Amino acid sequence: MTAATRADAGPDDLATVQRSPARRAGAAAGSSMTRHACGSCCTKLSRLVVRLGTSTVLDGIDLHLHCGELTALIGPNGAGKTTLLRALLGELPFSGEVRFLDAATGRRRRPRFGYVPQSLEFDQGAPLTVADLFAAALARFPVWLGHTAALRARATAALARVQADHLFDRRVGDLSGGELQRVLLALALEPLPDLLLLDEPVAGVDAGGRENFYGLICALRRDFDLSILLVAHDLDLVARHADRFVLLNRTVIAVDTPAAVLAHPECVRLFGRLTPDPALRHPHAVLPHAGSHA
Amino acid sequence: MLAPWYQLCALLPAPWSQFLFLQHALLAILLLCPLLGLLGTLAVGNRMAFFADAVAHASLTGLAIGVLLGATSPLPVMLVFAALFATVLTVLRRQSSASTDTHIGICAAAAVALGLTLLSRGRGLAQFTSYLAGDLLSIAPAELLALAGAGCVCLLVWWFAFNRFLLASFNPALARSRGDNIAALEFSFSILLAMLVTLALPWVGLLVINALLIIPAAAARNLSRTMRGYHGIAVGGGLCCGLAGLALSYYADTATGATVALLAALWYFITVPFSRRPR
Repeated sequence: MTAATRADAGPDDLATVQRSPARRAGAAAGSSMTRHACGSCCTKLSRLVVRLGTSTVLDGIDLHLHCGELTALIGPNGAGKTTLLRALLGELPFSGEVRFLDAATGRRRRPRFGYVPQSLEFDQGAPLTVADLFAAALARFPVWLGHTAALRARATAALARVQADHLFDRRVGDLSGGELQRVLLALALEPLPDLLLLDEPVAGVDAGGRENFYGLICALRRDFDLSILLVAHDLDLVARHADRFVLLNRTVIAVDTPAAVLAHPECVRLFGRLTPDPALRHPHAVLPHAGSHA
Repeated sequence: MLAPWYQLCALLPAPWSQFLFLQHALLAILLLCPLLGLLGTLAVGNRMAFFADAVAHASLTGLAIGVLLGATSPLPVMLVFAALFATVLTVLRRQSSASTDTHIGICAAAAVALGLTLLSRGRGLAQFTSYLAGDLLSIAPAELLALAGAGCVCLLVWWFAFNRFLLASFNPALARSRGDNIAALEFSFSILLAMLVTLALPWVGLLVINALLIIPAAAARNLSRTMRGYHGIAVGGGLCCGLAGLALSYYADTATGATVALLAALWYFITVPFSRRPR
């Protein structure tokens, strides 16, 4: 996000936001620290290479992901989009460096990731409520004995961020695709990550639900100064919300504004020329507010 | 050490409460059924019914090796072998997804075959048959204490690690993104399960041990919608089946393990109409 758009975004952006302590740090809910919106925290991927067996799946990936930016990862099937996310999460071995530069402390460290998986496969019949899921992820008190008041408060607050607090007592298997994605998003945001990774988060969600979901993450990006990396297929929809597109095909082909990447010769070759969308030229002009997307 | 328990049993109005072996069996049921029900919840969630069965079969190889080594009690050898076997199966489970059941089937068959070969060479097949049906009524105080110890270990693990196990079971990638070590969790649960199954084996019997592990949890799944309800119904259901099975086997003069398993199966079929249909 440029300095100009940041200045236009209004005083809300510069307000401090509550930031919950890391799960490892202690109890279900404890003291909070605050984070200022700055735009200068950054996750840096340098010379990242992923090899599977003898083939090199990703080669020489250099990317800077700034806070407050929604970066969409696009590319053909087999380009290595999901592979890149899996490498970042530590599921695949890679060479190269992934570091998070914390502007507040000036220190470099391993980034803390939030993750919303692709088409989540899980046991639909499991006796597991949304509250149970949050307790499993956030609390020390064993889920099989119930939930502490602190956990209930923390989980409800996390769900409220994505307007999903009414889902607290629902069984996970009974949620619709869109509801499940919002619950998983709320979980990925608690504690607030340095980098939020979304792998085709709206696959299997209807058109209205997709629009809502993207509107929601845009609002969250602004409110919490989040850095988001999103794997996406619905290019025209994402183009209206993303700050940057990264065209990936085994390596980074292009990094630029959505309009510029969509006009890139390689992108045109892969996806054809997309119909120009009037909103594309001013993506932030149509940025919706969280409240309007309940 | 069991004196308070004997005094407590003497207060029971039932005519059989005066027999020492039944007092021991009652305590064994009170220890084993809730424990197996508790661990069964995650075994069912992780689709490990077949895994537990295979481990129980493999324990017999441990028995054969123990007999060959001339150990006075084969149990330590059986426990070590079960833990090893569980480790190998977990490696297989992690490596491939499509043909895991084939791999487990082959490993179980190989282990049973090895056990039978070793035992038949040493003319020890009679020992083998006593493990098939199990003999709950022959449990001794020292073995009860071992079960109680195992129960404490399981409860501690369940208290401190269940949340991690649950998240990894729900979605491994999600759990990993939150800093959990999936491999460590999978191996530790497999080994814990294998050792509990092996410890219970001589009393419950190879042929029905899986029923006591899987059925209470499977029935509880049909009736519950939260994790707390799931555990409560699994433990309670397992305990009720165990107590009813012990009483029934006393009056009908049948094998206790099998009677308990039969009641558990009946309990499961009663709960089936209440199960949720998948969306």
